[in-house]
Amino acid sequence: MGDVARAAVEFIGVSRRFGSVRAVDAVDLEIVDGEFFSMLGPSGSGKTTCLRLIGGFERPSAGQILLYGADVSRIAPYDRDVNTVFQDYALFPHMTVLDNVGYGLKVRRVARAERTQRVDEALALVRLESFGARKPSQLSGGQRQRVALARALVNRPKVLLLDEPLGALDLKLRQEMQVELKRIQREVGITFIFVTHDQEEALTMSDRIAVFNAGRVEQVGAPADVYEHPSSEFVAGFVGISNVVNADAALSVVGSPEPFTVRPEKIVLRRYEGVTPPEVSQNDCSADGVVRDVVYLGAQTRYLVEADAGFDLVVVQQNQTVTGAGPTTIGRGCRVRAVWPSDANRDMTIKGDS
Amino acid sequence: MLWLGGVYLGSLLGLVWQSFYTFDDFAGKVRHDLGFDTWERLWSNETNRIIVGRTVLMALAVTIACAMLAYPLAYFMARYATRRVKAVLLFLAIMPLWSNYLVRVYSWKLIMAKEGALPWSLDKVGLGKGLEWALDLPYIGGQGLTFSLLGQFIVFTYVWLPYMVLPVHAALERVPRSFVEAAGDLGARPATVFRSVIWPLALPGVVAGSIFTFSLTLGDYIVPTIIGNSKPVIGAQVYVYQGVAGNLPLAAAFTFVPIAIMAVYLTIAKRLGAFEAL
Repeated sequence: MGDVARAAVEFIGVSRRFGSVRAVDAVDLEIVDGEFFSMLGPSGSGKTTCLRLIGGFERPSAGQILLYGADVSRIAPYDRDVNTVFQDYALFPHMTVLDNVGYGLKVRRVARAERTQRVDEALALVRLESFGARKPSQLSGGQRQRVALARALVNRPKVLLLDEPLGALDLKLRQEMQVELKRIQREVGITFIFVTHDQEEALTMSDRIAVFNAGRVEQVGAPADVYEHPSSEFVAGFVGISNVVNADAALSVVGSPEPFTVRPEKIVLRRYEGVTPPEVSQNDCSADGVVRDVVYLGAQTRYLVEADAGFDLVVVQQNQTVTGAGPTTIGRGCRVRAVWPSDANRDMTIKGDS
Repeated sequence: MLWLGGVYLGSLLGLVWQSFYTFDDFAGKVRHDLGFDTWERLWSNETNRIIVGRTVLMALAVTIACAMLAYPLAYFMARYATRRVKAVLLFLAIMPLWSNYLVRVYSWKLIMAKEGALPWSLDKVGLGKGLEWALDLPYIGGQGLTFSLLGQFIVFTYVWLPYMVLPVHAALERVPRSFVEAAGDLGARPATVFRSVIWPLALPGVVAGSIFTFSLTLGDYIVPTIIGNSKPVIGAQVYVYQGVAGNLPLAAAFTFVPIAIMAVYLTIAKRLGAFEAL
């Protein structure tokens, strides 16, 4: 991103308390102009509150929120140049699709001719040109989602806020909309801030991700950064699955008592043939154990290995060959050696509990 | 259901049948000759037309007053009140329905009497002149609040108010907070949000409430006999024809006036989506 990139949104020591609950706790954040930024975290982690703070539906208890350099902390939603796609879409049921999409322009007194033209453009952008006369109740979930998107984009906001907009859609539609959202963001070039609890969604779509936990930002970075170099045990566990190897186990595996994490897909399982253990090269770590569970997932198979050193390992293997019940198949109860490159180990003593 | 319908429609049809009988003024007896005599009398009699007009005007005025009082209260309950305050307010709105309606009407007669609580407090806060002025008004005024249409209007508004508060509150509750936020997010100021989103979405609730306030006022004959200027309303007139004069056919025909008015009213209400709001 570099120094030249302008900040679209800045959080400076922002807190939001609800009674004694700190929903957002001293958050500092910088979202760059034009990027697709995701706020990822479990429910109650403060990500939605952060989005609502940008939208103006909540006021910070402390700190400042800047929108393109201007402090908007005390400015009402209707005076902010941001628009929101709500989780439940919040389409007005008594208006047609055209009226819904044109609402923002109408209340801002945009002339009728320009309004019609911009509404048509917005509907074309989300590929719903022929649906203008319908009421929201006559649309499917995916179509409603697109209308909500068009209704927000038609105002040409500086920043678009999306509050788990894909949560209510089924898997296939959700994947389609992920691609669609990326396309639209490229086309309009607006900063998108996307709230989700789905780590896969965040990894797929974002330029950068902020991982939230208990009202704080645990880590900010590009998807590959966050996934491959989690800065805390929480991030390692929340973004994808991670095996946490504790101090005792680490001593037996790598010879030093520093706990680390390792991703399941970095590990390869080798069968014990008789009593001879499979060979392990110098740069690899290994742990012997017994397969306790096998879950076939189609493209992959997931194994749960109980290591002799007293810890569990989740291992995911691609099903590259046609799997049958042959002698090489690893089944439940098999003795195996789990092998992974030692540079896949991620130190996790960086942060304690916060 | 079928059985209930049968009984209900059967009685209605019986009523229609009776309205075609003729009443002999001299003998004071009902003659079983079928004809439009009674109906003609209903239309041609100017007093009857005035009675209908007065009752409908009263029902409309009460409905509008109830809506104007109930809306802000319901709006406060639905949008701003905490859970506790809301429960208390709902309780207060419903509580009057637990006591007998006659008791409440007679209480108002006492409250509004010359030395009653209402004129007394108005006097204390310096509004005694205002009350005098209102009672001097030609049509709605009278000797005192209890003897005026104004007083009748106040009591009607009081007794039917809960029937407006509840459906309006329910309708406002059903407008999701996110709609209000979305409208604000799109640039609408609070007044615009109210006009373009909240009001149209809560309108069915207001119409639903108005069905109660309007029809209950239209058919009531107890309040006007206790409070007011003793000018009859539809209900009281039917009672007079049927009980005192023994003119059953005219009473039967008169009954159809409010039924017809309500049929029109309900058709409009249905168009406005009031039945979904109940």
